[in-house]
Amino acid sequence: MNDPRLPPEPPRRPKRDYVRPLDLKSGRIDMTHGSGGRAMAQLVDELFLPAFDNPWLAQGNDQAAFEAPPELAAGGRLVMATDAHVVSPLFFPGGDIGCLAVHGTVNDVAMAGARPLHLAASFILEEGLALADLARIVESMARAAREAGVAIVTGDTKVVERGKGDGCFITTTGVGVVPAGVRIAGDRARPGDAVLVSGTLGDHGVAIMAERESLGFATSIVSDTAALHGLVAAMVAAVPDIHVLRDPTRGGVATTLNEIARQSRVGMLLDETTLPVREEVAAACEFLGLDPLYVANEGKLVCICAPEHADALLAVMRAHPLGTQAARIGSVHADDHHFVQMSTAFGGRRIVDWLTGEQLPRIC
Amino acid sequence: MKYIDEFRDGRTARVIAAAIAREADPARRYHIMEFCGGHTHAISRYGIGELLPPNIRLIHGPGCPVCVLPIGRVDSALELALERGAIVATYGDCLRVPATGGLSLLKAKARGADVRMVYSAADVIRLAQEQPGREVVFFAIGFETTTPPTALAIRQAEQLGLANFSVFCNHVLTPSAIANILESPEVRELGTVPLDAFIGPAHVSTVIGSRPYEHFAEEYGKPVVIAGFEPLDVMQSILMLVRQLNEGRAEVENEFARAVTREGNLKAQALVADVFELRKAFEWRGLGVLPYSALRIKAEYAAFDAERRFGLAYRSVPDHKACQCGAILRGLKRPQDCKVFGTVCTPENPLGSCMVSSEGACAAHYTYGRYKDAAVPTP
Repeated sequence: MNDPRLPPEPPRRPKRDYVRPLDLKSGRIDMTHGSGGRAMAQLVDELFLPAFDNPWLAQGNDQAAFEAPPELAAGGRLVMATDAHVVSPLFFPGGDIGCLAVHGTVNDVAMAGARPLHLAASFILEEGLALADLARIVESMARAAREAGVAIVTGDTKVVERGKGDGCFITTTGVGVVPAGVRIAGDRARPGDAVLVSGTLGDHGVAIMAERESLGFATSIVSDTAALHGLVAAMVAAVPDIHVLRDPTRGGVATTLNEIARQSRVGMLLDETTLPVREEVAAACEFLGLDPLYVANEGKLVCICAPEHADALLAVMRAHPLGTQAARIGSVHADDHHFVQMSTAFGGRRIVDWLTGEQLPRIC
Repeated sequence: MKYIDEFRDGRTARVIAAAIAREADPARRYHIMEFCGGHTHAISRYGIGELLPPNIRLIHGPGCPVCVLPIGRVDSALELALERGAIVATYGDCLRVPATGGLSLLKAKARGADVRMVYSAADVIRLAQEQPGREVVFFAIGFETTTPPTALAIRQAEQLGLANFSVFCNHVLTPSAIANILESPEVRELGTVPLDAFIGPAHVSTVIGSRPYEHFAEEYGKPVVIAGFEPLDVMQSILMLVRQLNEGRAEVENEFARAVTREGNLKAQALVADVFELRKAFEWRGLGVLPYSALRIKAEYAAFDAERRFGLAYRSVPDHKACQCGAILRGLKRPQDCKVFGTVCTPENPLGSCMVSSEGACAAHYTYGRYKDAAVPTP
């Protein structure tokens, strides 16, 4: 009750919320960053929103709603792909888990001949991860998305206890649209087709391994991680009837070609002398007992096309900055066993089989 | 790659292949055993078999360390990892060797065992230093090439006073295995398994030298050519063996003179002799119990001997009945002669040890050569 003898109190204005800004210098992820409370909201507001910066994310909804792309009305199709990223170490020569997470899914969408539209990103963070590292990863992701012209329109963050993650796992999902008339798929390789690759083999896997094992002589090798949709768009524009496109990530070109051979029920014959492999990568593989055909790539594609289209596609690829080393490495033929074989540079012949076990764990 | 590509040159290969075809006597057959898994791998990977005339047959020998590791020894390593709470560190190939009950170190890892893959014995020393509260056991396997690094690690551990480091020693000896093959009744009774000559090991011979093979040339009349692991080395050694056989000679010749001397690496030999001594007997997968064919850690270094430290008791376990690894390792059968080859037994789910390592005869044939069995038309 107010005392009538005292002058009336001025009306109290509510205090502005004060939240201590995220300590991006020495702060660390703790369990509250995944609890759904203020700390989580702050992480989203101060780190993810400004970095990814787009109107869909800014609306703060649990989903993003966007207009149908014009290609759909003209008979195009939507494509969707998802990819989990668990690479160790998080930062490696030529990239990090952030840009890898964007490139990986953009490429999976693009391998349908599609134009990527939007990405969703889901983070599993380990308690104790330095916020400075997370900021580096998020900024790298944002830069990769910007360069690819794709927005990260929705996302999620969870935190797991220390020891139950490995710093940071990122899952990205992408949608894209394929123009009408383009039907690129793993079951369309036909006997007589040409097998092309867009560049040197094994750069990503060897860069990761060189970093892990501190191989002094291999310091010049950097990951090839890159978004390939621009290259794909140029290829599709030149030859809409490409039969198969696939990015040879885990398991390398050997595994990718075996997958396609099985899907298309055909065999393949490669010519070892035509395989593009960097000198340093070949040396590191020799040293580590690896075969570049089985080592992961993150910025290369395998293309299978009718033989009469091979030269036109190679010309388009070589004119693009991501395809300067493109090469024709073999051909498709009829084979009930679906073997991928190779004429060796030595003059013999052998099978290029599925990868057994794993050559290198946790590389993408 | 300089100094490597020169040994893989296709044009030179064709020149040697032509010389072999010219000199090989069409009226006779040549049965040549490459002892080493490294040669088996090179032969399959580069398709060397295709460059040889049909009357030269290459027989894959037992020189793949993973392939001759008996189930009972893997069981002991599993016991250390699963029941004794030790960190078991070993080379990558060992992780998939099938043991009792279909278990392997890789599968044990999925069940919570602490199993680490290492590239060298030195990595295990580092691991033991980082984990002072844990027992760290190096599951050491291999022929004479990997033995000196193990010896060095034991000496280092002693100097460092590392109380939590020990070695489960499974090192075996090449000459004993060759002698066993030559002494086996199948080879002795002429005609059952014809074996005319040997391609001698590359890396093993850099350590032991070429002298230990002289016994085989003199005593058994079998020519030996020590060869490097590059495909041209193998081609050249086959040509040299064909010449010896044609001329009725049985000598030890050294194709790998760029790395192998008659005496070998004396420093490494002294190191091994300081730390290890001969075992009276050791079981080899596929070959059985061979006398004086393996090494154990000397009493002076008993503190670093996992067998003594954990009181490991050896229990011999027979191979799966259908598995023909034994006959394949002796050269009696070829991988494709085994009923389970490529059906129940594949590199993904190996039944026998020859299917595990890429140096194993079965895995090499499955991975690189099985199109020949399928008679696929050449595109």
